[in-house]
Amino acid sequence: MIHFEQFVLDNGLRVVVHEDHSTPMAVVNIMYDVGARDENPEKTGFAHLFEHLMFGGSVNIPVYDEPLQLAGGENNAYTTNDLTNYYCQLPAENIETAFWLESDRMLSLAFGEKSLEVQRKVVSEEFKEHYLNKPYGDVWHKMRELAFEKHPYRWMTIGAALSHIENATLTDVKDFFFKHYRPVNAILVVAGHVTVPQVKQLAEKWFGDIPPGEKYVRDIPQEPVQTIHHQLEVKANVPIDALYKCWHIYPRLDKRYYITDLITDILGGGASSRLFQVLVKEKQLFSNIECYHFGTTDAGLLTIEGKLVKGVSMTAAEAAIEEELNKIKQSTITEKELQKVKNKTESLIAFEDMSLTNRANSLAYYTLLGNTGLINEELGKYQAVTPEDIRNEANIIFTDSNSSTMYYYGDGQ
Amino acid sequence: MTNRTTAPVIKDAVDFELELKPYTKFTLDNGVDVYAINAGEEDVIQVELVFYAGNWYEEQNIVAAATNHLLKNGTNTKSAFEINEHFEYYGAYLNRHCYNETATVSLHSLTKHLKELLPVIRELVTGSIFPETELDIFRQNMKQKLEINLKKPDFIANRLIDEYLYGIDHPYGKYSSVAAYNALQSAQLQSFYKDYYINGRCIIFVAGKLPADIEKQVNDSLGGLTVNKHNLPVITHPVKAATEKKYRVNNDDKGLQGAIRIASHFPNRHHPDFTKAQVVNTLFGGYFGSRLMSNIREDKGYTYGIHSYIQNHMQECAWMISTEAGRDVCEATVAEVYKEMEMLRNEPASEEELLLVKNYLIGTILGDLDGPFHIIGRWKNIILNELGNDHFYKAINDIKSITVKEVQELANTYLQPEKFYELVVI
Repeated sequence: MIHFEQFVLDNGLRVVVHEDHSTPMAVVNIMYDVGARDENPEKTGFAHLFEHLMFGGSVNIPVYDEPLQLAGGENNAYTTNDLTNYYCQLPAENIETAFWLESDRMLSLAFGEKSLEVQRKVVSEEFKEHYLNKPYGDVWHKMRELAFEKHPYRWMTIGAALSHIENATLTDVKDFFFKHYRPVNAILVVAGHVTVPQVKQLAEKWFGDIPPGEKYVRDIPQEPVQTIHHQLEVKANVPIDALYKCWHIYPRLDKRYYITDLITDILGGGASSRLFQVLVKEKQLFSNIECYHFGTTDAGLLTIEGKLVKGVSMTAAEAAIEEELNKIKQSTITEKELQKVKNKTESLIAFEDMSLTNRANSLAYYTLLGNTGLINEELGKYQAVTPEDIRNEANIIFTDSNSSTMYYYGDGQ
Repeated sequence: MTNRTTAPVIKDAVDFELELKPYTKFTLDNGVDVYAINAGEEDVIQVELVFYAGNWYEEQNIVAAATNHLLKNGTNTKSAFEINEHFEYYGAYLNRHCYNETATVSLHSLTKHLKELLPVIRELVTGSIFPETELDIFRQNMKQKLEINLKKPDFIANRLIDEYLYGIDHPYGKYSSVAAYNALQSAQLQSFYKDYYINGRCIIFVAGKLPADIEKQVNDSLGGLTVNKHNLPVITHPVKAATEKKYRVNNDDKGLQGAIRIASHFPNRHHPDFTKAQVVNTLFGGYFGSRLMSNIREDKGYTYGIHSYIQNHMQECAWMISTEAGRDVCEATVAEVYKEMEMLRNEPASEEELLLVKNYLIGTILGDLDGPFHIIGRWKNIILNELGNDHFYKAINDIKSITVKEVQELANTYLQPEKFYELVVI
């Protein structure tokens, strides 16, 4: 049970406090309701590039990192297709430093030309390091475009093309900031060795006078129901053939989300999971195989990906996957197997909750989803899933017309 | 109006009193020492068995790693699937890791399931049989994985720089190959397992929210292991460092980035300079605000990240600078690294910069001390390296007391370009 209290400032900033006096530390987490899905299709990668610029100095503070480090703190940030999150951890006695820094960059950035120029290069190198100069690095670039026709999950957070990042201008930066980085579009979570009255006082003092901004109303194209199978073949400079298949699933708040999450564990969640046991160990068609989903806020994808053992044909590999999917569609799984993946989920939640940073981050995300209390309700929702739910959903999800397949052929070198 | 131009008053982190929660220790019937940390709010536990079964002791390449990896792929009574299913049914994670001197078997689980899991761990470290079919699958899949990794410049660079520093036959310098996988035999794994697990030497670490009967539970399952009856063989591996210092390797004509490694030998943790050099390292390239990051990423934009660190080996170490930079700016990046070394040697750092680094280090250690797994991790490091129970406080004192003059002296001792190996892999 994770305890929390929440309140809202007059400017619309939502604040959540999680007291934990077993640690001498505090975490200050700010989540902005903007991710790559909110980008202009011609200017992708911008939410993530912008995250870099948030460290380039704010209106009253030339450098973000130095004062935080001087206070014994460290920080990081990440951008997903759905949101952007900034967090820092520091000794609780120095917590006001984090309020000072975070509120100043919510007030306004410095918008320096040099910062933009350098971070464009840094992000270009990040793009190369993780997606271009790496075997199989372009897979998700291609899979997203194959699976999504309309929804902005079509592109990755790093961006659809290097040129989009290289062409970003300071005007783009300013527009983006004043549209998305306003108190009404943000959630502040303070966790650790702090008290609710202390956080109230500090939040009023540092964030209270920031103009609220306009509430961002998300109006992005939704993905139409897929009616025909999508297929792509790729030839790449990699040594081993790989197979990727994905199917559309449900939004994060849909109750069927929990069923699909357990389906991924049954199929590919560990060394005793079905796909690994049958396809890697028994039939030896794949050298590794995984089944996963990204847990996106809007309806996302369930994916199975594997590298083929040399000499195995793509059609044989795919047929073997289909055979396993037919099993989960045709026969009801045992209570024992279902209990296994529920137990795994229970311990995963316990391990994640050990970290104060994770707790703060989860509180922010559930608040963003509209119900902070969800943080304590998740396990119950997994426990309620039945063997029939698994079978029914497997029959709905794993259809040909709901799927996309990519044959990723290597050149054997 | 809130004054936003002046920073709030802070307490310098160097003024914090840090405490490393002491361990409790108990001894099993067979003489195995168990170090325990009982802490934390969540009902979770970690049990780690450390065997002296690293690649230091193998007679043929990757035998130690393969033995460690395949420990859970079949015993006298259970198949690999049954073993995996057992741990996964209880939501537990059973991991193995092979290092140079040691190899570990570690369990993470909810405390309430420990009773069901310890007996199977016992079975893994007493009755593994290394079936041929499991070895065949391992060999085939690892060779495919290696082929993919050999397309990555950073993977190649990490292997080559260690080879230059220690020699291809040294445990710290050698690496896997298709030939080494092909040469693996089940009999070798069984023999290594017998010598270094069944009849080997073992230390156990447990941490988390421990059950009241933890000593009994561990003793019932592991107090009968036949370990710690024999001394380890004394094996020496001479370091054979390369004579040539500078390397440029072309692995991909169309590569967009180069993996850069710049490294020099450095003493191990027992050397009196070790902790203070860690402070110098932090300032140089060990955190986001470091000299290398500020210059090469934040000013020039040559890379997504550049880091320096002192390797984690028990015996010989190296001070390493590591980055991936744009193909056209690799040489400029290398030049800037040497410029930063030169600045550290020639000009004292400011008092402000050193205080910032100290505060940052102390603050991160403070943040790292509140979870049971982190605490036992620090103790494990101290115990396995035989650093003494006061090591933590000596290290904290070294961090708090180092002066700008000492920083400059250490830079002059260790950050001399002619001592460094230099490698760019494109």
